[in-house]
Amino acid sequence: MSVKTIAGVEVNVSEEGYLEDMSQWNEEIAKEIAGEIGIELTPKHFEVLNYLREKTAAKEALTIRKVGKSGIVDIKELYKLFPKGPLKFSSKIAGIPKPTSCI
Amino acid sequence: MKNLVILGAGTSGTMMANHLRPKLYHNEWNITIVDQYKTHYYQPGFLFLPFDTYTEDQVKKVGKKLIHKKVDYIQKKIEKIIPEENKVELEDETLDYDVLIIATGSKIAPEETEGLVGPLWKKDIFDFYTYEGALALRDKLREWEGGKLVVHITEMPIKCPVAPLEFAFLADSFFRKKGMRDKVDITYVTPLTGAFTKPTCSTALAYLLKDKNIHMESDFSIMEVDNETKEIVDYEDRRIPFDLLVTIPTNMGDEVIERSGLGDDLNFIPTDHNTLQSLAHENIFVIGDATNVPASKAGSVAHFQAETLTDNILLYIDGYPLKKEFDGHANCFIETGNNKALLIDFNYVTEPVHGKFPFAKIGPLNLLKESVFNHWGKLAFRWIYWNMLLKGIPIPFVSRNMSFKGKVFDIKPEIK
Ligand SMILES: Cc1cc2nc3c(=O)[nH]c(=O)nc-3n(C[C@H](O)[C@H](O)[C@H](O)COP(=O)(O)OP(=O)(O)OC[C@H]3O[C@@H](n4cnc5c(N)ncnc54)[C@H](O)[C@@H]3O)c2cc1C
Repeated sequence: MSVKTIAGVEVNVSEEGYLEDMSQWNEEIAKEIAGEIGIELTPKHFEVLNYLREKTAAKEALTIRKVGKSGIVDIKELYKLFPKGPLKFSSKIAGIPKPTSCI
Repeated sequence: MKNLVILGAGTSGTMMANHLRPKLYHNEWNITIVDQYKTHYYQPGFLFLPFDTYTEDQVKKVGKKLIHKKVDYIQKKIEKIIPEENKVELEDETLDYDVLIIATGSKIAPEETEGLVGPLWKKDIFDFYTYEGALALRDKLREWEGGKLVVHITEMPIKCPVAPLEFAFLADSFFRKKGMRDKVDITYVTPLTGAFTKPTCSTALAYLLKDKNIHMESDFSIMEVDNETKEIVDYEDRRIPFDLLVTIPTNMGDEVIERSGLGDDLNFIPTDHNTLQSLAHENIFVIGDATNVPASKAGSVAHFQAETLTDNILLYIDGYPLKKEFDGHANCFIETGNNKALLIDFNYVTEPVHGKFPFAKIGPLNLLKESVFNHWGKLAFRWIYWNMLLKGIPIPFVSRNMSFKGKVFDIKPEIK
């Protein structure tokens, strides 16, 4: 674990750059992490991010399938918003831990 | 009389019946177990059927014969669980329960992927996660003349997450022995970032794929199978051509879980990770592949769970607090071909490590290293399964929780 300054705020991040404490997150932080990945955030992105944060706060495990059934986006749209690694990148930007459901 | 009902007589249900019967007074508790089928399959054997290594007879027995005589065995389909009334509806009768154990496992759902169950299904597209699938694939491999073999995982979680990789390794050996390896291209396609679900394994074992000349495509989330061009297609329109596709379809819990409103979106039941009590109902316990706990869906895991769950059912019945004991311990052999295998040992939080097993420094089994010993271990597992595991006889020296003795924490997962 280390401390990193993102969008002017000191936050705790994992070795892979995921926020360790989701309460330290704000929209500016999201924009900056997204920028590093090369994604420009739109309101649709934020709908997905908020969904991920809600489910994480409720301790529900996240999967691509689940997001695809959220009613916000289908899986194809999710890939359009977060290309290459939809769940990994969206989780990182949403300030939640790296998804570990894949065992 | 009180009733303890076990749903499913697979690996987990059979173990629970055999563990609990000697521990519950016969004049206080009836134990009933329900399964739709007469036959109990040794599913780990499905990996070997396609290569003609095992015969049909080696992987099946009559289920009832594996279960304690004083347990009522009902061979019927389970229609619905009604937790509010403590009842289970079968085809044509209803059972009352005081305590319910759900052990209905998981199964493949190929219809979840578009184009999978199409014109090529069981002609050029096969699964080996079912008895019928493994046999159909065996017949295909006996006569196949070569081309592009694609081994593919649809989505996680799947039971025995290493089985598809083992299949690719065994295919390499199989075609080599047949003298036709040069006619076969093997590609391993996974939705994950690495070949293994555990990063330390991907690091320690990357050489295996290279040595065996198996090409890997990672981060591939399948959208559909194009039956016309014979390609699998992902959500970003990446296309991988195949002549023979061996796929692990989506794995889901049984429909009875959905009908009863007890599952998540894959019909797995929300379950306490450490006690194995269902989160929704205190007199319902869940074990094996049917749970949603983030442990491997494997027989070895179910075996460790069965020991904890047996204690917890007894505690529950007597009104004591449950043990928060199960740690996600998994212990899997991985066949790597050429009569060698690896052994990995891990739990919810600890990645697989190097070292010796089960005795520190002595072994004889090597963790995370290929050896002939480990291969014998894997083959011995079939005997252990039928003769010890299902009967609830403890396997000597292998404990339910992960032990850290004799293990070397020397591999750092690769950071991506
Ligand atoms: C190819 C393959 C290789 C594997 N290799 C290994 C390995 O090397 N090591 C290892 O440890 N594990 C391995 N496994 C996994 C292992 O077989 C499973 O994890 C284990 O069998 C799970 O036990 P279970 O009792 O939870 O489910 P199952 O054994 O699948 O039993 C579920 C039972 O419930 C019954 N059932 C379900 N729904 C209903 C219904 N509605 N009505 C009536 N009955 C119902 C089914 O008929 C079935 O008998 C492998 C699996 C596969 C497919």
